[in-house]
Amino acid sequence: MDNIAGQKSGLSIVTNVAVFIIVLLWLIPTVGLFVSSFRDRDQISASGWWEAPFSVELSYRTRADDAPTRDGDLYVVQGNIFETGEVRDQFTSGANAIAAFGLRGREPGAFAAGQTAENRDGGTVVVNADGSYVYTSPEPIDDAGPRLYFLAETPPDFTLGNYAEVLTGLDEEERAQEIASGATFGELLFEETGIFRNFINTLTVTIPATIIPILIAAFAAYALAWMDFPGRGFLIACVVGLLVVPLQLALVPLLNLHNQIGIGQSFLGIWLAHTGFGLPLAVYLLRNYMVGLPRDIIESAKVDGATDFQIFTKIILPLSFPALASFAIFQFLWTWNDLLVAKVFLPSTGDAQVMTVKIADDLLGSRGGDWGILATAAFVSIAIPLVVFFSMQRYLVRGLLAGSVK
Amino acid sequence: MPPILQGIITIIIGVGGCVGYFYAANLFLDKVLFPARGPNAGRNINRANIVRPWVFLFPAVFALGLYLVYPVIGSFIRSMYDRSGDEFVGAGNYIRLFNNPDFRQAFLNNILWALVVPAVTTFMGLLIAQLTDRLKWGNIAKSIIFMPMAISFVGASLIWKFVYAQDPDLGIINAIRTSFGGEALDPLQIPFWNNFLLMVILIWIQTGFAMVILSAALRGVPEETIEAAIIDGANSFQVFFKIKVPQIIGTIVVVWTTITILVLKVFDIVYTMTGGNYGTEILPSFMMDFMFRDDGQATAVAFVIMLVVLPVMIWNIVQARKEMR
Repeated sequence: MDNIAGQKSGLSIVTNVAVFIIVLLWLIPTVGLFVSSFRDRDQISASGWWEAPFSVELSYRTRADDAPTRDGDLYVVQGNIFETGEVRDQFTSGANAIAAFGLRGREPGAFAAGQTAENRDGGTVVVNADGSYVYTSPEPIDDAGPRLYFLAETPPDFTLGNYAEVLTGLDEEERAQEIASGATFGELLFEETGIFRNFINTLTVTIPATIIPILIAAFAAYALAWMDFPGRGFLIACVVGLLVVPLQLALVPLLNLHNQIGIGQSFLGIWLAHTGFGLPLAVYLLRNYMVGLPRDIIESAKVDGATDFQIFTKIILPLSFPALASFAIFQFLWTWNDLLVAKVFLPSTGDAQVMTVKIADDLLGSRGGDWGILATAAFVSIAIPLVVFFSMQRYLVRGLLAGSVK
Repeated sequence: MPPILQGIITIIIGVGGCVGYFYAANLFLDKVLFPARGPNAGRNINRANIVRPWVFLFPAVFALGLYLVYPVIGSFIRSMYDRSGDEFVGAGNYIRLFNNPDFRQAFLNNILWALVVPAVTTFMGLLIAQLTDRLKWGNIAKSIIFMPMAISFVGASLIWKFVYAQDPDLGIINAIRTSFGGEALDPLQIPFWNNFLLMVILIWIQTGFAMVILSAALRGVPEETIEAAIIDGANSFQVFFKIKVPQIIGTIVVVWTTITILVLKVFDIVYTMTGGNYGTEILPSFMMDFMFRDDGQATAVAFVIMLVVLPVMIWNIVQARKEMR
C-alpha cells in the first residue's frame, strides 16, 4: 500500500523517526551497563557512562613533599604536584592539567588553578594549571609535607579489571598476591569467592533441566497429538490449565516432599523442579506443532508396518526440530534466568549458589554501592543467554508462532 | 570441579534413563507382553496399541501430577495449618492475611501490575509491530527490541538500577533532571509511582515478545481487505484500527493473557530493586517473607495468587476445548 499515491513521504519519515526513538530507548539501558562494566571505579562515580569517551575531572590528594627551603622569614616548598609521591604513578603521560585545588578534603576544588589561596597559618598556596606549586608558611614545614588536594582532568580509562575482579572475587591487590605466591589466573577462577563458580553452578542447573523435560514432553506430545485413547481431550485441557498454575504454590509442599525423601536442597531437586515446571509449556508447544504435521506421512508409515515408536523417532522427531529447538531455548533462558526456584530449591549459601542468587543476595547487599562490580556481574550473567538468543532467534520465533498464532 | 562432573554424570543418567525407559518399555510391550505373532497376533497388536499411549505419557503425567497438581492440593491443605504444620487453624491464616495492611498493599499492587503491564505491553508491541512492518531496517529494530527477552529479571533490574540511580553522575534520569535545574531524587522511593517504575522494567522485557507474535498476526491479515479499504478512502489509522486490529483480536487476547500470567509470577524485579520496601510489595515477594519460617501463611499467600489466576486458567481451557472441536 506504500505505492498508492499520497501515502508515502510525511508518514514514512514520522515512522522512521518514531522507530528510531523507540529503538534508542530500548537500547540505552543495556548500553549504559555495558559501558560501565569496562570503566574504572573512580570514573564511574565521577561522570555518567554517556560521558565515558571524554576525560573526567577526578579529585586527588597528595602531599607537597619536595624539600622545604627558607626565604626570609617564610618557609617555602615548591615543585610539581604531578611528581609528588602519592600521585606520581597515576600521571605518567606528561600531558596533565590542574582544574582547581584546595586545602581541605571536603573542598578539593575550592580555588581555581593559578589563584592564590590563603592558608590558615598565614601562608599562601598557589597551584598552577601545569602542576607547578608554591607553598609558603611562617611556620617550619615538617618532612612529610603539607596536604594538598586538587582536581585534574583524567583521560578515559577502560579496563578489564572489573571482569577479573568479579570472576575471581579478588580485587587487584589480592590477585597480585595470589599470583605472586604461584597461583595462575585459571586457578583463581575456581576459588569459591568469585562469580565464575556461580557461573558453573548455573550451567550445572541449566543443562539437565533443559534436556530432560524436552525428552519427556516430546513423547507425551506425540501421544496427545497422534494416538487415540480415552481421556485424551481431558489430558490436553489439563496441560493447558497447568500452564497457568503459579509456581509459588509448588514451593512449600515440594520442598517438604524433597526433604522427606532425602533429596533436600540439592542440584537433583532443582533439576526435578525445573523439569516439572517446564513440562506444561513443552507439551503444549510440541503438541501444537506435531498436530500440524501432515497426516499422510504418518499413515503411510503405519501402512508400511512401522510401530509408533519407530514413527516417533524416525519421522516425528526430525520433523519437529524447529519446535524442539524453540522450547529448548525457552527452557534454557528460563532456567538460566530463574531466581525464585533457585532460592527455594538450592541451599542459600556456599557451593551451590547460582549467579542470579549471588547477584541479588550477595552483591547487591554487600557491594550495593560498587557500580562497576554490579554492572560487570550483570553482564557476565546475561552474556550467555544473549549469545544463545541471537544465534537461535530464528527458531525461537518460529516456535513461539506455532504456539500462539492460530 | 565436582559440580561440573556431577552435572555431566546426571545428564548421562537422566537423559540415558529417559531414553532407556522409552526404548525398554516399547520393547517389553511388543516382544514380551503382547508379541505380534502366534495365534493371538491381531488381538495382541490391538492391546499393545491401547497400552502404548500410556507408556508414552507416563513420565509427563507423573511429573505434572507431582510438581503441579499435588502442590495445588498440598498447598491448600497446608494453608489451613499453623506455622509449624501441627495445628489445624482453618481459615485462620487467610483471616490474618487480610487483616495485615502489608498484604492488602501487596494485593492491590499486584492487581495494578496485572492491569497495567499487559495493557501497555500489548499496546507497545502492536504499535511497534505496525511501525516496523514496512521499514527497511525493521528486522534490526525488531531484534533490538526483542533482545531483553534473553536478559534475566535480575540482570534487567541491575540495568535499570543504573537508569534510576539517584546520583546524577550515574543515573541518566537524574542527569536529565539536574540538567534542567531539578534536584536529584531517588525515583524508587516515591510512593505509588515507584510501582510504575518497576513495571517499566517488565514492559521493557516483554514488549519484544508481544511484538513478534502480533507482527506475525498482522502479516496474516489478507491484503485484499486492506486494499479494498484503501480504495474506499480509508487512511492509515482507519486501516489499522478498523481493518487490521479486529482481524487479529484473537491473537491480541492470547498475548494479553500470556503476559498477565507472567505478571503474576514476577518476583525477581521487586525483590532485586526494592525488596518490597517503599510500598512496592507484591504477593510473590510478600510470600517470600514467610517462606522458610511460616509455611501456613506462605501457602495461604500462594493460594491467593492461584485464585487471582483462576479466571485466566478457566478462560484458557475453554478456549483450548473450542479449538479442538
